[in-house]
Amino acid sequence: MSTPVEGSGPVNLDAGALRSRLAKYQSPAALKLYRVYEQNRQRLSKDDGAIAVKVPDSTATVPQPRGKPRLLLMGQRSVVFHKLPPSETLFLESTARIQKDSLNSFMEFQVWDFPGQIDIFDNPNFAFDMDAIFGEIGALIWVIDAQDDYLEAVRRLNTTILHLQRSYPHINIEVFIHKVDGLSDDYRLDIQRDITIRIQDELSDQGIENAPVNFHLTSIYNHSIFEAFSKVIQKLIPRLGQLEAMLTNLCRTCRFEKAYLFDVNTKIYIATDSTGPEDMASYEICSDFVDVIIDFTEVYGSWPRSREWRARLEGAPWHQPLEQQVACEWAESGMVLADARRPIMLREVDRFLALVAIMKEGSYEKMPQINMNVDVVVKGLTEFFEITKQKEVTGAGVGTGAVQAAQGGTVGPVGVQGE
Amino acid sequence: MEDHQQPPLSNPTIHRGRSDLDHESLSKLFGKLLNELTLTMSDFDAAMGASPAVPSGPDVLGLAAPHALKKVKKQKVLLMGKSGSGKSSMRSIIFSNYLARDTRRLGPTIDVDLSHVKFLGNLTLNLWDCGGQEAFMNNYLSQQRAHVFSNVGVLIYVFDIESREVERDLATYINIISALVQYSREAKVFVLIHKMDLIQPVTREDVFEKRAVLVKRKTAEAVAIMRKQQQHQQSQSPQSPSNPVLDIDLQLFATSIWDQSLYKAWASIIHDLVPNLSVIETQLASLGMAIDADEILLFERTSFLVVSKWTSREGERNPYGDRFERMSNILKSWKHTCSKYTGTPRNAEQFSEFEYKMGTTFSMFATKFTTNTYILVCMPPGEARFNAAKLNVAAARPWFKFLDGPVTVAHSAMSSHQQQHIPVGTPTSAVNSSNGNGGPSDSGTTVPEYFMANKDTVL
Repeated sequence: MSTPVEGSGPVNLDAGALRSRLAKYQSPAALKLYRVYEQNRQRLSKDDGAIAVKVPDSTATVPQPRGKPRLLLMGQRSVVFHKLPPSETLFLESTARIQKDSLNSFMEFQVWDFPGQIDIFDNPNFAFDMDAIFGEIGALIWVIDAQDDYLEAVRRLNTTILHLQRSYPHINIEVFIHKVDGLSDDYRLDIQRDITIRIQDELSDQGIENAPVNFHLTSIYNHSIFEAFSKVIQKLIPRLGQLEAMLTNLCRTCRFEKAYLFDVNTKIYIATDSTGPEDMASYEICSDFVDVIIDFTEVYGSWPRSREWRARLEGAPWHQPLEQQVACEWAESGMVLADARRPIMLREVDRFLALVAIMKEGSYEKMPQINMNVDVVVKGLTEFFEITKQKEVTGAGVGTGAVQAAQGGTVGPVGVQGE
Repeated sequence: MEDHQQPPLSNPTIHRGRSDLDHESLSKLFGKLLNELTLTMSDFDAAMGASPAVPSGPDVLGLAAPHALKKVKKQKVLLMGKSGSGKSSMRSIIFSNYLARDTRRLGPTIDVDLSHVKFLGNLTLNLWDCGGQEAFMNNYLSQQRAHVFSNVGVLIYVFDIESREVERDLATYINIISALVQYSREAKVFVLIHKMDLIQPVTREDVFEKRAVLVKRKTAEAVAIMRKQQQHQQSQSPQSPSNPVLDIDLQLFATSIWDQSLYKAWASIIHDLVPNLSVIETQLASLGMAIDADEILLFERTSFLVVSKWTSREGERNPYGDRFERMSNILKSWKHTCSKYTGTPRNAEQFSEFEYKMGTTFSMFATKFTTNTYILVCMPPGEARFNAAKLNVAAARPWFKFLDGPVTVAHSAMSSHQQQHIPVGTPTSAVNSSNGNGGPSDSGTTVPEYFMANKDTVL
């Protein structure tokens, strides 16, 4: 099943560290847009118009309350960022106005959800400010319904791409060919080919070559939508190569088959090792593992224990605070598959990130050593994200020299093209 | 309980439980814990007091209730309801590991689909999945009436909440109930109001309540009529033995195959059918107290229905009242994920161990317990506590061996019992040898883990 726990229902209870829900605010879109626009104005004037999109700009001195990298989502409202089982999405009303979800995630992403029916480039009732909308975004996700007549959607996408290419050529355009479940494999590829050709023909007619347009086949009934989002977000992560190198190194030393760094709230993986080929099955089981952990945490970890309980555990024979009785302050988990005894392990890096790895068969007995290696990598990851979040160079206690370079914040235009 | 009476640990690395160097001190600690547990166990056995005449501590499993443990209990379970209400779907999800969406493939059931479901070692469910088309229903009520409705242990009647012919559904239901009362007076009745996922979540409770009241009223009316008939018959022939006052044990559940509500309903259906339930419960409780757990759940292997559970006082404060069926659901879908990954059949065993430590909040592990069960233990945080609990749970396995099958050779159990001198060993060896492993002489060679663990302390 796509969401491993079907119908665990929309959960609105706060469930501790693992499940800090995404903060969500909705207010009249126009007002917000105006504010964003004003802030952008101020910054752009100081910034000499250089638009560094991906990370909060470190060179700017003005405080930027709206400095989050942004994903723009146009088309169907996403199920990815809300932990909803597919069956529940029936009850979602279609997007009627611009919705902004601030993603309470490791990198502070914003997802703007645009109503499908509004044509932002040609709307007589409301003139959208292009700078406000596109000025800061890292990627535009365009959702096309594969089970519908998509010619109109493709036409509008073409218009959008042409507009963007003129003013904001750095923006990645990610086309999600959605709802492909129920279509045969051949038919899916036919659709993808058809859409690709339609878009590229139009672009080359207009003299635009090599536009950063990527295509993904997605469905909410399996993990493809998460996989696609993962790829989109990975392109926006500064120094992704460093992260991958760290994971690859871990895989080699601990003889892991595959390791993923997950954003727990969204189950998007922001990095994986580069040893093996992309493997959907491994991603699925790891992502479901995260889900199981989230569910366990909610049921047993989200309510406060009594004082007597704690007193008893720290009392008589132990005489130690609980903090010293545990080995790891964050969540850690391991499980063993019955066939071939292949273990899978999980370790939380911080509130938002978890490291999940599939291990080689029979290595469960070596958990102590593996845990020590994981400890080191987790420390490295923590430092990595500390650095990429920092605004000023402090130069203190930095792990690897290569990572240090990441703090410049002047990450060039998104260099990733095609697939 | 007693197990944390040992002195505090001086070496903090022990608590990490990760260094090989500390193996010795660790095993000492565990040995100690096991020793304590041993005491607890014999205390518990004595407390059970089932057969005080036996000198070396009463043997709950082999001797106290040999008859109860001996035979495989068979239960006839009728699954009825209108055609298309989802009977076969829920059966396939619970017992055949179907995914909810896979049930779309199922066609209508023709006549009666009879299946024998082995649940634990000593309970077999004869599941009569009765096709719900009108022609079949009439047939059950007329020609096959005695055949279908006699010796029924449980009737599960499924209503489709979306049905437009409520009155007619209820009329059929009443007919079924009266046939059931006629042939199997003692049967329990479970009414499932199904497909609740089609109702908007906010109104679900209301809709269910209304329907539940309606069904209850109709049942009560029918019972009243049948009582009157009964009295009438008795007054006509006063010499016939007077029947006890007629009543129906009725329970209602709102269910949907898309969430855990299905597990809740089926767990309560199963709950009353499981033999030796009180033994399981007491043993689970003493295990829980011995290892200082917060909660223990015992699952059946294939269906992952909760067979029994125990919760500590602190654990009772857990605000999630639906956590048991939720755990069933979570673990079962996890099993699906594993099966997809490994490519092994869904019914096969998928994971042997699962542990999770959530910092200073809690730790838990789920592991294969006996052949037919999985156990989930939720513990307070702490590495040493966690590792000791894992060992102790493994050591407690022999207590629950009786879940795996009927005790067939009670006699050999007694003889092997005399050979054993370790007091805790008695239940173990009794069950072990009587399990068909080749009689008493075998108990020496197939040393259960419990003794292995115990040896450390003895040496």
